[in-house]
Amino acid sequence: MLGLIGKKVGMTSIFDDKGRQQNCTVIELGPCTVVQVKKNETDGYNAIQLGFGSKKEKNTTKALAGHFKKAGADVKQILKEFRVDELPEVGAVLNVDLFKEGELVDVVGNSKGRGFQGVVKRHGFNGVGSRTHGQHDRERAPGSVGSSSYPSRVLKGLRMAGQHGDTRVTTKNIQVVKVMPESNLILVRGSVPGATNSFVQVLKTSK
Amino acid sequence: MQKIQLVESTQLKSDLPELRIGDTINVNVRVIEGDKERIQVFTGLVIKMKGSGLSATFTVRKMSNGVGVERIFPVHSPRIAGIEVVRHGQVRRAKLYYLRSLTGKASRIKEKVKS
Repeated sequence: MLGLIGKKVGMTSIFDDKGRQQNCTVIELGPCTVVQVKKNETDGYNAIQLGFGSKKEKNTTKALAGHFKKAGADVKQILKEFRVDELPEVGAVLNVDLFKEGELVDVVGNSKGRGFQGVVKRHGFNGVGSRTHGQHDRERAPGSVGSSSYPSRVLKGLRMAGQHGDTRVTTKNIQVVKVMPESNLILVRGSVPGATNSFVQVLKTSK
Repeated sequence: MQKIQLVESTQLKSDLPELRIGDTINVNVRVIEGDKERIQVFTGLVIKMKGSGLSATFTVRKMSNGVGVERIFPVHSPRIAGIEVVRHGQVRRAKLYYLRSLTGKASRIKEKVKS
């Protein structure tokens, strides 16, 4: 799916044409340079590799620096691949004007990491006991994890405590509120996964 | 942050009067009924100002038939056609919540004397 790489700037609210306040996320999107083009004949599938952001050449590995040099591009902070059918030339620059106002997009990002969390926060369990009536330690407990002699084990995939957040999350079908091509900014309705200043991908919606 | 301000700057109003807590103001509100638009005036006392940038709001309190009515307006909302300051009040608080428990004579606020 064709898309661009960007950086989450933050959230604000703007007024729509009916005067209603809309909460939206500001994303600095592009310009993205096509660093590599993958073709069906050579790579088995059609895709473009886009680079976004800038960093110093001394802070990149020589292998990556060579990769950028081959494309004739500056050293980029992040590289992402997008499966597309129409292949542009290597070195082409894609801008935020790829998207129009009112269009629906998918936004992919890494959610905020919340560390090792219990089942109440991680899966929305309600806990087991109450605070009183002679109970203790049961307010945030997961409860029973299975039956006894049959099957004599805990079933795979049972929801338990563990690492919460810091996973790839896609927010689907959110509306583009505004596109500002001169400052490379895009406003989408509502929230977007990830922290401020984290990288996100904005894709043409899959539907 | 500058990028967010850049986004907000397109909708910020520049012709706002200087509003202070304790001011008596007329808020001209655009009311849209069907395809007709008219202006309704809400007169009252500014008891609260909150937020910054495009999301700033102010709260206006008035007595309507003996019942206190408070309305919260976004400062930069396009539904507000205009704000007129009728009277500057002399107050010593940033939030005039104490007025909620006062009525009649006790809820008066002194006019600010220009220095």
